[in-house]
Amino acid sequence: MELLAVINRLNFPFLYLPLEKEKLGMPLLEFTSKGIYCKKANVYLDPWQGVDKAIISHGHSDHARWGSKQYITHEDNVPIIRHRLGNIVVSGKKYGESFNINGVQFSLHPAGHVTGSAQIRVEYQGEIWVFTGDYKTQSDGISTPFEPVKCHTFITECTFGLPVFQWNDPQEVHNDINRWWAENQRQKITSLLMGYSLGKVQRLLKHLDPSIGKIYTHGATEEMTTVLRNFIDFPPTERITRDTTKKEIEGNLVLAPPAVLGSAWVKKLGSLSTGYASGWMAFRGARRRRAVDRAFVLSDHADWKGLLSAIKATGCENVITTHGYTDNFAQYLREQGWNARTEKTQYEAETLETAAAE
Amino acid sequence: MKRFAQLIEQLDSTNKTNQKVAALTHYFQEAPKEDALWAVALLSHRRPSRPVTTTLMRQWTAELAQLPEWLFEESYHIVGDLAETIALLVQQEDSGDAPSLTQCIEEIIALKPKTEEEKKSYILNRWKGLNNFERFVFNKILTGGFRIGVSQKLMTRALSKAVNIEENILAHRLMGQWSPQNTSFDELILNPNPEDHLSQPYPFFLAYALEEGFQAKENPRHWLIEHKWDGMRAQLIVRQGKVFLWSRGEELITDKFPELTVLAEHLPHGTVVDGELLPFKNGQIGDFNALQKRIGRKNVSLKLQQEVPISIMLYDLLEWGGEDQRQLPLHQRQQLLQELYQKLPEDLPLMLSEVLHFSSWEAVAEERERAQEMRSEGLMLKHKDSLYAVGRKKGTWWKWKSDPKTIDAVLTYAMRGHGRRTNLYTDYTFALWQEEELVTFAKAYSGLTDAEIKKVDQFVKQNTTDRFGPVRQVKPELVFEIAFEGIAASSRHKSGVAVRFPRILRWRHDKKIKEANSLEDLKKLLP
Repeated sequence: MELLAVINRLNFPFLYLPLEKEKLGMPLLEFTSKGIYCKKANVYLDPWQGVDKAIISHGHSDHARWGSKQYITHEDNVPIIRHRLGNIVVSGKKYGESFNINGVQFSLHPAGHVTGSAQIRVEYQGEIWVFTGDYKTQSDGISTPFEPVKCHTFITECTFGLPVFQWNDPQEVHNDINRWWAENQRQKITSLLMGYSLGKVQRLLKHLDPSIGKIYTHGATEEMTTVLRNFIDFPPTERITRDTTKKEIEGNLVLAPPAVLGSAWVKKLGSLSTGYASGWMAFRGARRRRAVDRAFVLSDHADWKGLLSAIKATGCENVITTHGYTDNFAQYLREQGWNARTEKTQYEAETLETAAAE
Repeated sequence: MKRFAQLIEQLDSTNKTNQKVAALTHYFQEAPKEDALWAVALLSHRRPSRPVTTTLMRQWTAELAQLPEWLFEESYHIVGDLAETIALLVQQEDSGDAPSLTQCIEEIIALKPKTEEEKKSYILNRWKGLNNFERFVFNKILTGGFRIGVSQKLMTRALSKAVNIEENILAHRLMGQWSPQNTSFDELILNPNPEDHLSQPYPFFLAYALEEGFQAKENPRHWLIEHKWDGMRAQLIVRQGKVFLWSRGEELITDKFPELTVLAEHLPHGTVVDGELLPFKNGQIGDFNALQKRIGRKNVSLKLQQEVPISIMLYDLLEWGGEDQRQLPLHQRQQLLQELYQKLPEDLPLMLSEVLHFSSWEAVAEERERAQEMRSEGLMLKHKDSLYAVGRKKGTWWKWKSDPKTIDAVLTYAMRGHGRRTNLYTDYTFALWQEEELVTFAKAYSGLTDAEIKKVDQFVKQNTTDRFGPVRQVKPELVFEIAFEGIAASSRHKSGVAVRFPRILRWRHDKKIKEANSLEDLKKLLP
């Protein structure tokens, strides 16, 4: 430290060495083959291989993976990852609750992505890093809304990190969905509404108008929804079973994961209008490739302006972009004056390819 | 405009033919007639000429969205469609009254001679006043190229339901070069005056590729066989002493072939024949590519006429004595055509396609083997009683092409696709060996399954060695078998060879790049 200060004062521009802690010793968080690692605390954030101790941002399968000995996550995410990963050792934390591991301070903060999702704040000797996991800045009515956290280094997703992504008011999308359902109901056609099993489907469900008709569910959807009913009120749903007849569901709405499209399960539902909700549906090509009757642009990720406003609100100097349009986004941030770079991770739950062509 | 944008959105959001037809029919019934006519025009690829360059549109968008130009370009490459990229990047500012479709198009037409400043102010104003999808449709009208999964046939079917006129009659009325600027819905569609339509062609009847198992079901004696001539399909019309030549793309190409003018003296008023326009020199059918030269030139000099002389190989008679003959059985139409042909002097640029009769399918297959020698692409099989139908219909006309030639080539460049293949690398460039170097010889877009496309896409993304705008150079590693129809020497191609209809036959996982073919191998296939 002393030595560097001296060298800098000597004012040799070619010898300039940065003074930030990150560049001095080991960075507080590093990107390893197993995941994002805090060496000081010997803890991984959302690791993609089994480790001793993992802090988990949220329950999606690319962030909460099987095989670690001990998990720490938001308390609402505990039943979700238990449901997905089975019998694991996991402790739940509240938002803002600080916990110390080996002298490093950790805390979880609302990410607004799905129920129980958190940004992970890491502080050591006054230096603060925040890892977002996935997040959105819009409020979805079911998860605790995103809260910006001041930090020096911000590790951000940028799934939709291109200016072509600009979300409309979600209430308008929900109104469209209800209108679509009501119109199908009038024509005695069943509405099949598809979305991600954790988060999207419940967000859709929360805003459906039960006065239009009954809401049925696919098994996978029903199970995850049952888990979330522990902390959220939803309209009633009924799981489709072998005994459910076409006549019963006619004109009603069925919630299911996108993978059902084209399956035998769908064929048994009778005459259908299909709808799919995803941020990728902003692309006409993706809509046509998906071949659904109605595409609804609704995302649990931040759009271009959301990402930029989130970064500004942190007051950070350094940005590390992880998954999404990382290179373009980092280059744009550099032009805007941030010290931005890209790191490779294995978080890739939703890409245009999976969303459009599963 | 609002109504039309809604129509396009409806057409876009279903893949069920019935729903598309219903949406179109509804539009044609409800929209003002002038708008309906413009909709027919746009959906049959008749559009106003482009008033601004796309370069300007890109600059204006980047400026309006406050983005660096490189980010606009990146966005465009990812979205895959310029009209859509602009629609996504610009935000609606006021929801004032959108113009009608006709008004909007008339404004676009009027824009052409204006200054750049005037153009910019008009277009920016429209962008800000329309919602996302309307803006997309507006940009599509500006830039042209409405590819929305609605064929002309589908559009005609819907129109037929809306106005209660038979589909075939409508298809005929919609042929040729018309524009809503010089006709009306009533004149063109409801009550056409035959006098106004001296040059009007009939819709072409198109054949399907022969289906598996055809020979086992059919008696060869019921089928008339011809060679499938390798030129340009064309319809020749003589009415009231005037000659008209139409291409299959409904373009009037008479002025490209002044040597046909003489036919007006020999063919009576009310004669329409269907045939193949061929390069024909010294008694020999020439190479298809030579025709491009004739089509491409604005002025057809005498020199060019001598360099690439042409002839029409006649094979059907659609109108005779001013009467529509399309409902006669084929053998009778051929009989009439033959009688007419025999009365003509010998030195006209016309030939008669020989009709062959066979008693076994083996003999037909043998004839097909002679394709290269006859300079044809294979055979046409037409049922002797077939009527001359409209568009592509299954059952009575079949094409039985020669087996394609194939060659194993290396993938060297890739570009993102358009439409439903947006954001996937689906447009490929292939190369062959010339000593130690790989030389580009063809581009191909189709032939892989969706699953294979995803794999190649992954490969391209992980093995990019260089980028040239939207094009990525990739590590030479993947080998594909490329099929193509024809091959000719070409000075315009780096490889010295031009191939027709190249497409991917299969992915040769079993081959290493060293085992791919050489340019020499390809040249050996030259006739």
